[in-house]
Amino acid sequence: MNLQSFLLMRHELVLIAITLIVLIAELATSDSRKSIIAPLALCLFAVHTIIGFLPMEYGSLFGGMFNSTPINGMVKNILNIGVLIVLLQAQKMFDSEINRGKVSEYFIVLFSTLIGMFYMVSAGDFLMFYIGLEIATIPLAALAAFNRGENKSAEAGIKLLLSSALSSGVLLYGLSMLYAANGSLFFDALIHGNYEITHLHTLALIFFFAGMAFKLSLVPFHLWAADVYEGAPVNVTSYLSVISKGAAAFIFTVVLYTVFHNYADKWQPMMYIIAILTMIVGNLFALRQNNLKRFLAFSSIAQAGFLLLGIISGTAMGMATVVYYILVYVFSNLAAFGVISIIEMHTGKTTISDLNGMYRTNPKLSLALMLALFSLAGIPPVAGFFGKFFLFTAAASVGTTANYILVLIALLNTIISLYYYLMPVKAMFINKNDSPIAYFKSDVYAKIGLAISLTGMVVVGFASPIFENILAACFGIVGL
Amino acid sequence: MIQGIELQHILIITTLMFFVGVYGFLVRRNLITILMASELILNSVGINFVVFNKYLYPTAMQGYMFTIFIIAIAAAEAAVAIAIIINVYRRYKTINVENVSEMKY
Repeated sequence: MNLQSFLLMRHELVLIAITLIVLIAELATSDSRKSIIAPLALCLFAVHTIIGFLPMEYGSLFGGMFNSTPINGMVKNILNIGVLIVLLQAQKMFDSEINRGKVSEYFIVLFSTLIGMFYMVSAGDFLMFYIGLEIATIPLAALAAFNRGENKSAEAGIKLLLSSALSSGVLLYGLSMLYAANGSLFFDALIHGNYEITHLHTLALIFFFAGMAFKLSLVPFHLWAADVYEGAPVNVTSYLSVISKGAAAFIFTVVLYTVFHNYADKWQPMMYIIAILTMIVGNLFALRQNNLKRFLAFSSIAQAGFLLLGIISGTAMGMATVVYYILVYVFSNLAAFGVISIIEMHTGKTTISDLNGMYRTNPKLSLALMLALFSLAGIPPVAGFFGKFFLFTAAASVGTTANYILVLIALLNTIISLYYYLMPVKAMFINKNDSPIAYFKSDVYAKIGLAISLTGMVVVGFASPIFENILAACFGIVGL
Repeated sequence: MIQGIELQHILIITTLMFFVGVYGFLVRRNLITILMASELILNSVGINFVVFNKYLYPTAMQGYMFTIFIIAIAAAEAAVAIAIIINVYRRYKTINVENVSEMKY
């Protein structure tokens, strides 16, 4: 191992450097010139996103604790794009008087959570996985409580932190069982070790599953999600529901497919029931929401249920569909959140009924939100349709009757979700309103962010090389 | 190996600690007490790792290392949690979870 092998951690190292630069910039600028920090961080992150796409070598570091594989690199790039869009949408937030003093905190904390997610995504050992997970969640609670002057924000922060503390405790308890049963927590040792599956292994699997279900907000463990999403600042909500969920979903898939590969007949029935519950509960609760952020929170719970359909198949195809769906979800959900954050920052309106008649005053924003919701619902011209289609194909490809029933239930849920995704669209285009949201000009950064997510939504749906590349990268993972 | 103490005895203690922690987390109404309950959970896992390492795999080190990291991360978690709890107290003038509930279904 020489210094050059550290280049395998290029994504992480560049991001750490950026975090330090932002920290130094905060110290070096006077109070009157703090306004340059937000654009500076944005530019640096854009450079980081581009660097992420340069070709890199693959291998592992620290005795297998850190793995760099093609699919890890792809997931990191997807997360980078998502964070770039979130940062573009966040720029407007720092114009206000209250936030001017804590601009650099936002970026430093956000980048450090992203570093945690990167380490979690490429973990090859449960210690690295756990550290990454905690680096990714603890600062997020601070971000959720970012609006110090708001009751809801403080409440969201403490809810997120305490529920994630409980969930990581449960997860760790499972890991200690796994350690007792195997004597090692390296993924490699767990995959290749010769052992019989005992009840201790099953117990470990159940606790691990429950802990991760908290992070993914799957149904029996989803109660924190809606409150946190509503209370947190809107940019943090979009970050939470897209980036952090995407990273957790990916590593969950990897661990189930590699470490717990031999237990597939144990986790598949668990996941089967949880997937059905998650889709149904997420959809039914989304029906009765009027607050836009709560509405998207429940929609993201339901989306996580659909995501499980890809995981349940246990094949390379299933993993590829999960990654592809994360990519689609990044673009479509961030587009929806982009419009909502623009509306909230300019007018302070947050409910669906506030959108009534918006098409006449703000046609472009209305169209953007409509496309985003179509994509989330899975209506053909945009990428969301292909994402859902591939997920269902992966689940059906197992070929058992039970899986066909699962796909049928998922289809029925898609129909329910159509209804509530179209409610804001109906509000904007059909409902009459004497005093709709007045016309306003949105800021340039938010426009760029929306443009990226909308083009992404269309391009990802039609460019088949994207899915083929992801699929090719998914082969070669142990157990597939 | 510790003379006279079996692995099972320690495991009974840690399991009790874990579930007392979960119970306290769900039942207690004070934010600080909830935080203490979650620390109880993390500490029970820490003891688990040390004990498994010492009794089952005496030549390995991984369990000890994991425990050290759990302790460090639990400290970080407590720091952030207390900071947010102080902010909650400033906003609501209470840290009782019954009153800190503006958002509900």
